[in-house]
Amino acid sequence: MKKILIGLGLCAAVGVFLLTSSGCGKRQEDLNTITVWHWMTDRNKALEELASKYEQQTGIKIKIDLFAPSESYTQKVVSSAQSKVLPDIYGILDKKEVFAAFIKSGFIADITADFKANNNEWENQFFPKALDVNRFTEGNVYGVKAGIYGVPLDVTTIEMLYNVKLLKKAGIKAPPQNFSEFLEAIHALKRVGVSGLVSGWGELWMIDSFASNYAFNIMGEEKVMATYRGEVPYTDPDWIKVLDVFKQLVDNGALIEGVVTKPNKYAEQDFALERAAFAFNGSWCVNVYNDMNPNLEYGVMLPPLANSNLPMKIWGGAGSSFVVNNTSPRKDKAIAFLKWLSAKDQQAYLAKATKNLPANREALAEIPEVLSAFASSMDQVTHPTVWSLNENPVVSEAFLKGIQSILIGEKTPQQIAQNVQQVKQEQLAKKKK
Amino acid sequence: MSAETLTAQPKPRALVVKDNLKNLAFVLPAVIIFSVFYVYPFFEIFRLSLQSWDGISPTSSWVGLANFTELMRDKIWWSSMWHAAYITLIALTFQNALAFALALACDREIRMQRFYRVVFFLPPVLSEVVVGMIWQWILNSDVQGGQPIGVLNYWLTQMGLPQLVHHWLSDPQTALTCIAVVHCWKGFGWGFIMLLAGLQTIDHQLYEAAKVDGANSWHTFRHVTLPMMVPVISVVMILTILGSMQVFILIKAMVSQGLGYHTEVPVTRILLSMQESGRFGYACAMGVTFGVFLIGLSLASKLLSGKTKQ
Repeated sequence: MKKILIGLGLCAAVGVFLLTSSGCGKRQEDLNTITVWHWMTDRNKALEELASKYEQQTGIKIKIDLFAPSESYTQKVVSSAQSKVLPDIYGILDKKEVFAAFIKSGFIADITADFKANNNEWENQFFPKALDVNRFTEGNVYGVKAGIYGVPLDVTTIEMLYNVKLLKKAGIKAPPQNFSEFLEAIHALKRVGVSGLVSGWGELWMIDSFASNYAFNIMGEEKVMATYRGEVPYTDPDWIKVLDVFKQLVDNGALIEGVVTKPNKYAEQDFALERAAFAFNGSWCVNVYNDMNPNLEYGVMLPPLANSNLPMKIWGGAGSSFVVNNTSPRKDKAIAFLKWLSAKDQQAYLAKATKNLPANREALAEIPEVLSAFASSMDQVTHPTVWSLNENPVVSEAFLKGIQSILIGEKTPQQIAQNVQQVKQEQLAKKKK
Repeated sequence: MSAETLTAQPKPRALVVKDNLKNLAFVLPAVIIFSVFYVYPFFEIFRLSLQSWDGISPTSSWVGLANFTELMRDKIWWSSMWHAAYITLIALTFQNALAFALALACDREIRMQRFYRVVFFLPPVLSEVVVGMIWQWILNSDVQGGQPIGVLNYWLTQMGLPQLVHHWLSDPQTALTCIAVVHCWKGFGWGFIMLLAGLQTIDHQLYEAAKVDGANSWHTFRHVTLPMMVPVISVVMILTILGSMQVFILIKAMVSQGLGYHTEVPVTRILLSMQESGRFGYACAMGVTFGVFLIGLSLASKLLSGKTKQ
């Protein structure tokens, strides 16, 4: 009996140890340490240096935790929200509806009052488009109280890039402005044995970005939104034209081999190592190309127009933003740190160290020269997070996977349009139910 | 000694209780851990599969079996199951046959036996992401200056076989088979080690007896080795099925999200539903269905191997 009691006692002791060590017991709160979670491997060192500078100035310790790649980071944030163990400052890398769900669940603080204080002093420092990503307007479809819920750290634009040397080799004097000029350039490049366009189309969001550029250019924003509302079918001739852009790229041999399974990292490598003359990539690439091939000569251009009557809209806005945990006991200190981080000096330092466009427009004067071309397209910028509504994710998946089917020569634009419309109708019927 | 003293006397009740308590004390920690980390999550997943939930909101709505009925009609889900089954089929045959052949070879008195054992066990200890990236590089179909960059295509060209140069990973006809072959390359080491351990437990007297009876190598293999190895083969088969049906990291590393639906497997579908569509309830329904399917497959495999042994 004694042995049994000893055994049970041991079990109880192990249980108590496990429970207390795993955090069930109330921990002592350290009010002077702010934890920041992020995913930006290229900015980690610069952020750590700024954190240490902030500690020297204020005595508040900033703990920078990096979780990469971004997919793992997103999973970590979602699972931490589910178990209510989010840090003081973190970023949402997901769609606007996920951002909204976090706000509605009370995981993100409304910092509108801080932005508006002293005659909008903090708000006025930023590019309006960078702030829009973190803003919810009155009567938004997500049902979120109007306000600003995040602080942009930098801005990005996703555009086309061209290799100056390879274009010269093919006898192309100026970068193409419209789609037919682009296809002519492709043929000229092919004649000298150079591949045309590379992009990370193994990642669906990169295809999404390219396709929505052309959807806005071919039919305009209102018609795209009408399609999302279910008022215009995907079988509409304009949508067929959008899908046909990909078909033409395939038919004219404009794409580098294997583009459909290429993650963006490999696509960046291809362009940096001069295996393709054009790339579709974001402004973060300046840093990446600099690491891979510092001698690379390239320029920035908008995707060539398919319709000269409407402007080309590109994805962009806040590249990365931070939000404040609404349940954090250090909420005010976290906001104060973000105010400091987004101030001109810190933004200029970040832009210089990481070659990213600063979100603070006052710091723009101090950016590296190569980023200016990206910055000049800020007026053309749009993003799903600022649209009045987004497409149902199931329909989006059918659309993007359909484009991949066009890229591998398996289906025609008409077949994909019909298939996507069928999925759309199913989802609309489900919503009605 | 009388017959009565030989008959077992029933234990007093207090002793039985004491014995039971003693056993319970030993089993209890394992039961607690198993319940907390395995049984509870399973029931939680099942509960979620009956709800509509975005994965973040504190509230979810009850939808009953709607997620399961939708899943039954989801053609993409069933095609992803078929893709996983295809990889599993190749692993069950090609991978396990290779593992068995190598285990048989290493079970004999050969030179550098230990070296081979280490070499054959190297792929399984490598990270799946690393293996995927290495093979992505080998099977790369890019061209620079008219020369293939991928190792396989480069050597095919160098050996005078340019007609065999192919877009291995971006052609739906070959992508899944390439993934299956890489999966086999990575996985055969586990089977090899287990089968080799199994071979070494066979009593050598059985082989000697067979030799005395005039059995040749084939007969010895057919009537001694194979029947004795059935329990190990059965375990290797079950592990192969479970491992191959759940393959996904290799796919992510080799073809990313590409090729339409041609390289979709159940786990990538579950991930997509959770991450891209925010449909946690539906993803849980996929998880439950897939789990039940795998349990059924393992049981069927176990029953089959039991019958083979008989």
